[in-house]
Amino acid sequence: MLLEIKNLHASIEGKEILRGVNLTVNEGEIHAIMGPNGSGKSTLSAVLAGHPSFEVTEGEVWFKGKNLLELSPEDRSREGLFLSFQYPVEIPGVSMTNFLRTALNEHHKYRGEEPPTAAEFLKIMREKRAVVELESKLANRSVNEGFSGGEKKRNEIFQMAMLEPSLAILDETDSGLDIDALRIVAQGVNKFKSPDNATILITHYQRLLEYIVPDLVHVLYQGRIVRSAGKELAMELESKGYDWIKQETAE
Amino acid sequence: MMSTEKAYIDLFKTHEALIKRTCGPVMNTPRAVAMDAFTSLGFPTSRQEAYRDCDLGPALERDYGMNLQRLSIPVDPHQVFSCDVPNLSTLLYFVVNDQFYAGNSASRLPEGVLCGSLNALSQSHEAVLAPYYNKLAASSKDGMAAFNTAFAQDGFVLYVPKGVVLEKPIQVINILRAPEDMLVQRRVLVILEKGAQATLLFCDHALSANNLFANQVIELFVDEDARLSFYELEMNHPQTTRVSHAFASVSTRANLLMNTVTLNNGFTRNNTSVRFEGEHAEVSLSGIVLAETGQFVDNHVEVDHALPHCVSNQLYKYVLDGEAGGIFAGSIMVRKDAQKTAAYQSNKNLCGPQAKMRARPQLEIYADDVKCSHGSATGQMDENALFYLRSRGISEKEARLLMKYAFTTDVIDTISLEPLKDRMRMLVEKRFRGELARCAGCSAAYCH
Repeated sequence: MLLEIKNLHASIEGKEILRGVNLTVNEGEIHAIMGPNGSGKSTLSAVLAGHPSFEVTEGEVWFKGKNLLELSPEDRSREGLFLSFQYPVEIPGVSMTNFLRTALNEHHKYRGEEPPTAAEFLKIMREKRAVVELESKLANRSVNEGFSGGEKKRNEIFQMAMLEPSLAILDETDSGLDIDALRIVAQGVNKFKSPDNATILITHYQRLLEYIVPDLVHVLYQGRIVRSAGKELAMELESKGYDWIKQETAE
Repeated sequence: MMSTEKAYIDLFKTHEALIKRTCGPVMNTPRAVAMDAFTSLGFPTSRQEAYRDCDLGPALERDYGMNLQRLSIPVDPHQVFSCDVPNLSTLLYFVVNDQFYAGNSASRLPEGVLCGSLNALSQSHEAVLAPYYNKLAASSKDGMAAFNTAFAQDGFVLYVPKGVVLEKPIQVINILRAPEDMLVQRRVLVILEKGAQATLLFCDHALSANNLFANQVIELFVDEDARLSFYELEMNHPQTTRVSHAFASVSTRANLLMNTVTLNNGFTRNNTSVRFEGEHAEVSLSGIVLAETGQFVDNHVEVDHALPHCVSNQLYKYVLDGEAGGIFAGSIMVRKDAQKTAAYQSNKNLCGPQAKMRARPQLEIYADDVKCSHGSATGQMDENALFYLRSRGISEKEARLLMKYAFTTDVIDTISLEPLKDRMRMLVEKRFRGELARCAGCSAAYCH
């Protein structure tokens, strides 16, 4: 078992957003979490990554046998958790190269390994960049600065490929992408898939799931997972919308 | 008159002959007028607008020694200090306290260039330097400048005759080192005649751990088509007070670049005042301030556009941690006839929650066909960016460091000398990492 979320409650500024989420993710699986706006999808990803604005009020999260909630955001990353941001942050003055070099070095250090040499690092950069068809000139710029929406999302997948996490959470990675960018992102995610790692796709469209086929689809509504099923659930949501879920939950 | 001033006025009266003894007419002639000015102006106080929140009082009230007798320096700076600048080959000079170090090895400079002791060269080349000395500082309304003129006995001079280009940068290490608390009056004169070019780098280092006060006046003359790059790097310690007045006169089509970096200091007040004396001239003024608890830095910048078609750019950035204090006061004056002026000013500050930053940008425009902008922003570190970096496995400490470092990069980019740019990047990073207790590559630590 890679990730186990038990009865997770979380709030921001006193307002409870997650109200008892339960979820288990095993190695080799792709999960999709869907749900209407405001159901808590992005909060779930932020809480898992350790965003300091959210407070966990109840519940447990176990990641590779460790108590995830006790780890700092950086240690969660070093343990193999990766969050692809819905809104990647622009950081002027910090070059992509310096940023990734620092991140990769810290990951190696955490595992007690020698960091890659400058030449090795550049080789890894080149290979991974090709996966998401990110132009080399973007790698020389500041982190996300002046990137288009699609470039930012591809840059997230590029970072994922660089850090090789065991669990990748993709928060609305498909939103705002044209069809080509969507294909490239999906290709990156599919290439990343292995029997040892897992992916959680957070989305409210079925569109991405045409490219990345999930093993399980969950519906998050009012801070709880109210329904879980196979990929056919996504189709059902696409054709019927969320109203029937809302009604069922209300009953 | 306050007693602090009186002590120095009396000192001047009693020791006027002694002060003048080793100097020639260039430095001695303006003393009496300067003393009168100092007597009427006095030391600046925080009641004056220009010194609001910048209180020199406690530093000035201390009892300092002054080396009026010009006792020789009991130290060979080459022995106590070697500042290796990677990939930067410079002509190296030392000014110890306010005396040019005569043991400087003779450097090969193009014919006609004067470079070295202000006192010695103003005596041997009186006719060359007399027309410039104190010509800009004399009109200052700041008592500190007059205080310097009255007492200054030496410092550094660079004179580059018409059309001469100095390929190698000139580096002057200002060393403060004294057995007891000391006040020094450092004086710098730089003259670039028509079409001349030079790069100067001044590095301030305090090497003894006592109260040291450096009162400095710099006069820069950049004649037609001349290009001067003037860099200053302060790496003093918390017990030093630095008050600096830099006056620049920039002529037709001339170019002046000034960059002032405060990496480590105690109390610093830098005044920079630029006047355009010709059209189509360009000036770039920039600075970085890194300060923490116990450190205070005030940059006061004045750019006066009286003539048309000139360009000025100001870019100052402060990173204040702990309970550091910072002031940026920058003013741009565009006078009636200064049409087609382009004048820009930007001040950005990254402050910790306990730091105190005051920004006073000022823009006065009396011409109607100009491009001007000014802006100042003070803020804390972007928490979302911080989280983004941490979510990739970068520790909070490292992430903060990356962000602070990133904040300063555009100022470092204004440095036109590539090796110096690299060195500055390294020094800024080291400083943020707390590894800059002393100058990187120096063999001398602060005295114990």
